[in-house]
Amino acid sequence: MNQRQALYEYLLRLGDNALILGQRLTEWIGHAPALEEELGSANVALDLIGQARGWLAYAGTVEGAGRDEDTLALQRDVLDFRNALLLEQPNGHYGDTIARQYLFDAFHYPLLEALRGCADQHIAAIAAKSYKEAGYHRRRSAEWMVRLGDGTAESHAKLQRSVDTLWPYTGELFTPDEVDRTLQSLGVAADLTAVYQTWDEDVARTLKTATLQRPQAGWMQSGGKQGRHSEQLGYILAQMQFLPRAYPDARW
Amino acid sequence: MKDWPLWEVFIRSRHGLAHKHVGSLHASDAAMALANARDVYTRRGEGMSIWVVRSTDITASAPGDKAILFDPSEDKVYRHPTFYEIPDEVDNL
Amino acid sequence: MHIQPGHTGGEPTRSAEALAELEQAFQEKIDAEIKIEPKDWMPEAYRQSLVRQISQHAHSEIVGMLPEGNWLTRAPSLRRKLILLAKVQDEAGHGLYLYSAAETLGASREALIEALHAGKAKYSSIFNYPTLTWADVGAIGWLVDGAALINQIPLCRCSYGPYARAMRRICKEESFHQRQGYEIMLVLCRGTAAQKRMAQDALERWWWPSLMMFGPPDAESSHTQQSMRWKIKRHTNDALRQKFVDQSVPQADYLGLTPPDPELKWNEQIGHYDFGAIDWGEFWRVLKGDGPCNRERIEARRRAYDEGRWVREAALAFGAKQARRAHGAE
Ligand SMILES: [Fe+2]
Ligand SMILES: [Fe+2]
Repeated sequence: MNQRQALYEYLLRLGDNALILGQRLTEWIGHAPALEEELGSANVALDLIGQARGWLAYAGTVEGAGRDEDTLALQRDVLDFRNALLLEQPNGHYGDTIARQYLFDAFHYPLLEALRGCADQHIAAIAAKSYKEAGYHRRRSAEWMVRLGDGTAESHAKLQRSVDTLWPYTGELFTPDEVDRTLQSLGVAADLTAVYQTWDEDVARTLKTATLQRPQAGWMQSGGKQGRHSEQLGYILAQMQFLPRAYPDARW
Repeated sequence: MKDWPLWEVFIRSRHGLAHKHVGSLHASDAAMALANARDVYTRRGEGMSIWVVRSTDITASAPGDKAILFDPSEDKVYRHPTFYEIPDEVDNL
Repeated sequence: MHIQPGHTGGEPTRSAEALAELEQAFQEKIDAEIKIEPKDWMPEAYRQSLVRQISQHAHSEIVGMLPEGNWLTRAPSLRRKLILLAKVQDEAGHGLYLYSAAETLGASREALIEALHAGKAKYSSIFNYPTLTWADVGAIGWLVDGAALINQIPLCRCSYGPYARAMRRICKEESFHQRQGYEIMLVLCRGTAAQKRMAQDALERWWWPSLMMFGPPDAESSHTQQSMRWKIKRHTNDALRQKFVDQSVPQADYLGLTPPDPELKWNEQIGHYDFGAIDWGEFWRVLKGDGPCNRERIEARRRAYDEGRWVREAALAFGAKQARRAHGAE
């Protein structure tokens, strides 16, 4: 794998994570548990989809095949998506959505924070803007973790189950592969061990405040980063990509 | 079930003016009230600082007291600069 | 602000004379364009009329999120997705500002929402029509937000302070909604034959319901006269409707689209467009619950509210715990 290929892959991971989670969040609009939450979760989705545009546009440039952000977002099939499995998991109930969001935000923030010092100027610039957004996301989702975890007996039980169910999807976020290693040696990719340390401390603190149990270490699912996804992604793409695929010669 | 409590939101804009009442919202605790205020009332770059106050914690003057509270200040013309006659030749006053 | 509700129904019994005097003073204030504020005295009918109108308006914003919201997952580009998301989010904000304005009159948001879910409250009938293609998102922005804006601009001067202030905020935010919709239509009309067909079809389906958004003709409108005297309303339904037709026909022309009304014709003498008869039977039918999507819309709102109850309860319980802890720590 040469450097350019690794960089392209890495950008797809950053972009697809933001895109797929943002897409999932838009499913909530009009159906959130409170009016104030409609606005709050829409803001998070706006940030994420905005970030995805930046990453994917740059991925297109690096690839050099004339694909722009929309072509990459709306014309690739499942095998070519590089988001982590966590982000394509269904919204479920609001606790599931909050847990998925928090487990990701706690990873996303230190990742982007580290990428601000990236040797690649484009990445550093996008990260410098995005990490502030991610910082707000993490605070917001952590506060909701605590509200639901330490709320009623019902919400506590529900959220504990959400955390347990999503936990096996967190390992992949921190498992480096050839893409990470190639770029890390060049000062481009973030050091996932350091990101994990921040995540681990943050999660431990939040779970404790939320009176939730940390799930036992067990088997971790993986594959999303390399393009081996769960069944969920196909349905997401079917909806998200329908128009450009049904009208291939149209502009919107 | 009850609604979440009501909060009043005050925002200080970029222009350095004092915090100004912009509206209200519902939130179950102070942290949520701040987050909601940010998400509802600063979506177009309106804010530099936010205050949130439980609506029930605000004491307001009664409309019926308007006469005794505010009318007395109306004839205190000597509080206004235009009350004073200064010859035109004198500058910087 | 919601310091205390204007009055909560616990009105002290007043003599008829005293009441008449208060009412006269109230009307004089209105005539002098002095805003009525929550704690000021107001006739009970004025309060009720405002709660009815403001809450209907709030419900319309919230239910109105649904037809467009269901295209968020399918927007044809990331740019369009962001625009639509920001727009639908604005509508949630509008609902929030309006419920807040209604709350200054002593109504609770929860009670208003429950009335909506029980089928006891109205909302704009336009949102009971389906969004079948992407062009519907364009047509809604162009026509529905356009019609709403014409309705709403005069409300910025409404006699009730909190409503007028909410409307000023709303109108400011609304300004991009209509433009983004028209831009969608413009791109479609300059696009492929299939896209143009989509655009024409959307115009045909949204045209008449948009004209109905201004409400029944003045002769049949039950609230218009009193509302105008109280300066809750400032123009008649028919006048606003005419304004909408006059502004929309040239816009359709520019797109190269044809509104579905063979009687639409410029009338040189009066300087307005003549237009055909509106099917008020359809209007009343949809209003009474038999539009294509009435059941779906209310059901979607009810489900969101019911399924979110445990979340709201948890947050409330946490807030109470936190307050207790803070108290215990003092
Ligand atoms: Fe609106
Ligand atoms: Fe709008």
